[in-house]
Amino acid sequence: MPITFDHVTYEYPTDGTPVPAVKDVSLEIADGSFVCVLGENGSGKSTLAKLMNGLLVPTDGDVRVDGASTNTEDEDALFAIRKKVGMVFQNPDNQMIASIIEDEIAFGPENLGVPREEIEERITYALEAVGMTQPRHHTPEKLSGGQKQRIAIASVLAMRPSTLVLDESTAMLDPKGRREVMEVIRELNRQGITIVLITHYMEETVRADRVIVMSEGAVVMDGTPAEIFGDTEAVRRYHLELPISDYLAEKLREAGLSLPHKIYDEKSLAEEICRSK
Amino acid sequence: MSIEVKDLTYTYSPNTPYAATALRGVSLHIEEGEYVGIIGKTGSGKSTFIQHLNALIRLQSGEIKVYDIDLNAKKPDLKKLRGTVGMVMQYPEYQLFDETVEKDVSYGPRNLGLSEEEIRERVREAIELVGLDYEEVRDRSPFELSGGQKRRVAIAGVIAMRPRILVLDEPIAGLDPRGKQEILALIKKLKNAYSPTVIVVSHDMDSVAENCDKVALFADGEIARFASPREIFYDDELLSRTEMDCPSVVKVVKELERLGKSLPTRPVTKAELVAALTVGEGV
Amino acid sequence: MNNIVFGQYYPSGSVVHRLDPRVKLVMVLLYIVTIFFVVDYAMYGALFLFVLAVALLSKVPLRILFRTVRTIVILVLITAVINLFFTQGEEMLFSWKFIHIYKEGVERAIKLALRLILLMLFPSLLTLTTTPMELTDAIESLLSPLKIIKVPVHAIALIMSIALRMIPILMEETNKIILAQKARGADFDTGGALKKAKAMIPVLVPLFVGAFRRADELALAMDARCYSSVAQRTKYKVMHLAVRDLIASLFCLAVFSLVFLNKYLWHFDEMILSLFG
Repeated sequence: MPITFDHVTYEYPTDGTPVPAVKDVSLEIADGSFVCVLGENGSGKSTLAKLMNGLLVPTDGDVRVDGASTNTEDEDALFAIRKKVGMVFQNPDNQMIASIIEDEIAFGPENLGVPREEIEERITYALEAVGMTQPRHHTPEKLSGGQKQRIAIASVLAMRPSTLVLDESTAMLDPKGRREVMEVIRELNRQGITIVLITHYMEETVRADRVIVMSEGAVVMDGTPAEIFGDTEAVRRYHLELPISDYLAEKLREAGLSLPHKIYDEKSLAEEICRSK
Repeated sequence: MSIEVKDLTYTYSPNTPYAATALRGVSLHIEEGEYVGIIGKTGSGKSTFIQHLNALIRLQSGEIKVYDIDLNAKKPDLKKLRGTVGMVMQYPEYQLFDETVEKDVSYGPRNLGLSEEEIRERVREAIELVGLDYEEVRDRSPFELSGGQKRRVAIAGVIAMRPRILVLDEPIAGLDPRGKQEILALIKKLKNAYSPTVIVVSHDMDSVAENCDKVALFADGEIARFASPREIFYDDELLSRTEMDCPSVVKVVKELERLGKSLPTRPVTKAELVAALTVGEGV
Repeated sequence: MNNIVFGQYYPSGSVVHRLDPRVKLVMVLLYIVTIFFVVDYAMYGALFLFVLAVALLSKVPLRILFRTVRTIVILVLITAVINLFFTQGEEMLFSWKFIHIYKEGVERAIKLALRLILLMLFPSLLTLTTTPMELTDAIESLLSPLKIIKVPVHAIALIMSIALRMIPILMEETNKIILAQKARGADFDTGGALKKAKAMIPVLVPLFVGAFRRADELALAMDARCYSSVAQRTKYKVMHLAVRDLIASLFCLAVFSLVFLNKYLWHFDEMILSLFG
């Protein structure tokens, strides 16, 4: 069941004239898709994310998850939405409540009133899903950033969400940690979980179904990665960058090589270069 | 010579069960004017090493000399050292504290004991160098700026001390593409302005390959190799032993070689790769 | 750093670790009360042996246990010295100018020092063998009768556990900020008290700003995982009293009652002395 935005505007409460962080956005996140949201800092990406599970409620328009509006006074209805749309944040240290891995993962299910025996199963499932083999009664304190972030993902998975929204969850990680987390979310997507990944790393969009570009609160581009990065003019306009392989492809085309317009990684670029001879 | 490190060894919490050796016999020689990249896995000793350069860590064993400041002296001139080596820590925006941008940037120069006039002069110059409008931001609170601006104010706070050596610990971590490009361009600009020697700790191999003259690869508290990016990133054995990634450009070259196409040169920057691929193509 | 006052959790999986944290907490409280009823060396010796026995059972290296005493060495010395010099008695041992040391003073100094050390050791064993999380659970469970009079017991326990989790993170952050400001030429070591206090402003401000930022993010993460202070939660970890808890309690109570019997009925040290005398 999809998440739908119907002419959504959000203004942060301020003293002066409110500046909308999200302006008249309408979109639908299809079930099982892998969607990346790009845009420079302050473009409204994070606000968009928080609108998806009712952490923020639109000042205008409506966000619906499985047909249920996030604009509700009823806590149970809101929790039903947050249970479906799980959220992982940027800093793993700032989203952990407990000092023991299994307690951390149990926190969500406990809040939902899941029976004890089932929490046990869910912890096992969640740890397996993120590939963590550390003893679960240990503290997450000494883990690496990537491992901590995987625990954060597991804590959300334990609520059995159908969608996972990751708000720059790879931004603070080193390359190894980033790779670990990307592998986990790609695998979760293969298992049918919808992924909304907010990121600054263009390479992470390579295997996405869809890329949404935001600028000044509005959705300015929406398409497949190849469509988005094929439009180098727009990429520049919205202060994105081409994934490095695409940048190289563009330069090589300028220098006269005939390379097709599509999204590349290093391997496919090398193959096309060989083919172009 | 601007930095000379000999046989540096450091252990955290020595003589306790938590003892952890972070550096083992590290020696490094950095010439004035070099742009040095420090790479290595998390926990390989990079941060511990650069903290030594500013005497933020007590020297346990080994020798460090920064220009004529001898850190092995009984009472090294720390004020002079910190005016010589400017250290921009990770996420430097989290160290801003004063009411206004101007006051915050003047903290460093004031600690150096400069005259008010000199401080004002340096602060203005530093703020303008990092690409902010002095008149516009000087009286604003640093806390109400955007993330990228905050980072630039924090960097201004260091360069207002006019260090001859600029050390930056992951200066582009967590920034958006535009912010990254701006900071990388800023570092080049600073290198030309006051700080001929630049040392950057980074996990971003692409920017290291693009910008650095030399790369020190740390592994397990030792320098596995100190050489040009070309020598490091084409040393497959070294990279796999130290679990390091290579820059995208080098990855493309290695893929090409695997497909049977070898290049006349060993490019590490994007421009070099494009040149290597188009030379003799009759374009 | 990770050893603020008491010992940090030392996982060895011993039987002491597996005891119900509520039992351990109650026994420690009783022990503290008991200490104040110790009158003679025999009982100090007995309690010392008791602590030693528990320590051996817990498989916590004695070296680590005794390190916790280091943090109060100065307190012990000052207390001992004050009592040594200022206790008046009958039997003068030493006199020089205005200094008079009596036998009673020496005895009191020794006993107070022993009392302080014993006061430190056993509670340290509690924190060495019980995770902060278990402790908060125990406190929550022991306080739960107060729910009837509308005390927000769970919220209190949650605040405690979050505080426990945040302490090491904030310590590390403090350290980072100190280094950053030192790099900017800050001098925290010279000057009078006022100058030193002023020098801390560039550390404290970013620390507070950071703590608030973390608190904000944590609150958001808790909301996203459906935390509600009023809704009915389940608890993943349920504490069950086992036979070993009963045995441990009986053992402790037996030892503690020795102290009371000694004070009010028999006097062991006289008995021991009479055996030899």
